[in-house]
Amino acid sequence: MPIITYREALRSAMDEEMARDENVILLGEEVGQYDGAYKVSQGLLDKYGPKRVIDTPITEEGFTGVGIGAAMAGLRPIVEWMTFNFSIMALDQVINNAAKMRYMSGGQFKVPIVFRGPNGPAEYLAAQHSQALQSLFVHIPGLKVVAPATPYDAKGLLKSAIRDDNPVVFLEGELMYSWKGEVPEEEYLIPIGKADIKREGSDVTIVTYSKPLRIAEQAAQELEKQGIQAEIVDLRSLRPIDEETIYNSVKKTNRCVIVDESWPMVSVASHVGWMVSKFCFDYLDAPVELVTSEDVPMPYNHKLELAAQPSVEKVIKAVKKVLYI
Amino acid sequence: MSRVFPVEKYEKDFLLKLLRDMVLIRRVEEKAGQMYGLQKIGGFCHLYIGQEAVATGSIAAIDLTKDYVLTTYRDHGHALVCGMDPGVLMAELFGKVTGCAKGKGGSMHLFDREKHMYGGHGIVGSHIPLATGVALKIKYKEEDGVVLCYFGDGAIHQGAFHESLNMAKIWDLPIVYICENNQYGMGTNYQKVSSVHDFYIMSNSYGIPGKQVDGMNVLEVYEETKKAVKQAREQGLPSFLEIKTYRYRGHSMSDPAKYRTREELEEYRQQDPILLLKNAMVEKNIITEEEYKRIDDEYKKVANQAVEFAEKSEEPGLEALYEDVLA
Repeated sequence: MPIITYREALRSAMDEEMARDENVILLGEEVGQYDGAYKVSQGLLDKYGPKRVIDTPITEEGFTGVGIGAAMAGLRPIVEWMTFNFSIMALDQVINNAAKMRYMSGGQFKVPIVFRGPNGPAEYLAAQHSQALQSLFVHIPGLKVVAPATPYDAKGLLKSAIRDDNPVVFLEGELMYSWKGEVPEEEYLIPIGKADIKREGSDVTIVTYSKPLRIAEQAAQELEKQGIQAEIVDLRSLRPIDEETIYNSVKKTNRCVIVDESWPMVSVASHVGWMVSKFCFDYLDAPVELVTSEDVPMPYNHKLELAAQPSVEKVIKAVKKVLYI
Repeated sequence: MSRVFPVEKYEKDFLLKLLRDMVLIRRVEEKAGQMYGLQKIGGFCHLYIGQEAVATGSIAAIDLTKDYVLTTYRDHGHALVCGMDPGVLMAELFGKVTGCAKGKGGSMHLFDREKHMYGGHGIVGSHIPLATGVALKIKYKEEDGVVLCYFGDGAIHQGAFHESLNMAKIWDLPIVYICENNQYGMGTNYQKVSSVHDFYIMSNSYGIPGKQVDGMNVLEVYEETKKAVKQAREQGLPSFLEIKTYRYRGHSMSDPAKYRTREELEEYRQQDPILLLKNAMVEKNIITEEEYKRIDDEYKKVANQAVEFAEKSEEPGLEALYEDVLA
């Protein structure tokens, strides 16, 4: 099977869907002539032309709203936010318009649109350019939210997101774009709302998604050396969330650690922690542990920024805590 | 302000349609106001009384089989002129399942997708990019349509307005931005919060022509919109109209409008858009006062029937709570 990068997987998904459906367009800052701020859209302008790959001014609220209006009228836009840090400028459009149009029109409209771009901490970018904002979107009914961690999942989920008749927030990661993985040449889709067991184990369940998957995997390898078998549940989709896969794993291992690079308060981690505590109560042998980013804005200093985020050491410590060792 | 009503230039049927649409809005809105007082309608309810000529004259200049309308939360007038059944509208205000949004949108969120009435939007200025996106779709699909995007004087300072005009110009989109300047953004006079007092010049910053229009003169609104629509349809160019108008009622039903004088309100009542057209038609012997009275009575009846329909309709069942969250 060919090995490609996460970036190439995303590009290939957009390319295939644009070839398949002429209603799919891509718009955002630098997506065309510059080939994408992170080169995700490289070559698409040459292939599909400026009518379908549209460079916008730096007006996140404006072009996000333009995408939503075009979706209401029948197109299937992909809106690229250069990073999710800038999506905050467009939150009104996403929350008040995209997420609510169907409900408040009594089901008259569908809004088939994808909002995608890099989310979460990168390196040396400081407070305004290095933050994990998924909680803002996961909170909102009327949105779907996905956060793939591998090239395979990224391609299959992006294709599903583009074909979905609902607004889908698609979370990538600056540091993940160069990650490599096997991606088949033949077409495939991954359904939104299905988690994936990335590693099987019997002693503890580690629930995670997006970039921290690697941390969880490294921690699991370390733990294995110590005779501890960790099972890793990669959520992949945050809304809807695959409760069944989480519960089945926890019911098997009886212990749960959640690793999430967003802040701790009112987060995916805190929500999953509550769900597991409530619905797997009789199966748990220890309270659920959360490993999140520290409750501070991101500092510039590298030592400090690493300390602010989940790490292999923090995950191992949490696993040992739920195992009482 | 000197006004010209060259009614002799138009077919009688066309003039009657304008008159009828305005009377329809007036009578339905007055009824909505009464029903709000009776607590049949809750929440925010923004009446269009006084502004009837704007929606009536401008929508008369488009073809809703291919053109689109997006507006604000003061949307009853636009919905009616787009052809929404008054009963369906009133039922929505009553929160009934027979309403256009099955009772889940209310006064501020009237939608009629089939008739190209794309809402009904509650956040000031937030729908202006949406309308621009509908225009992008028209251009992308190489269709013949035009978008009319309405908003108030309060919206004009929002970034969404300025961002949209810029994009409409760089992409040459077929859209007419219409600022219904009713002179008060909620309770604040527009002159107090705007660096310029003639909004129509603002679009010049984006290379888009702007024009000030008398919003009490339905014929002027029609003619100026027609020119702007022609430019959009034939040359694919955006334009901007500042239509000066006045609302007789408060911002919403809960607003006693103490920020303006009785004299000011009376001054505008003397320029009532319905009476101005009617008087011009009577003067030129196009209709008689008796005929006008019959039209007015007809729409009083329509408004009463709308209320009856809304009253008789069912509320949505609880199962509707979780319907239409996702497609």
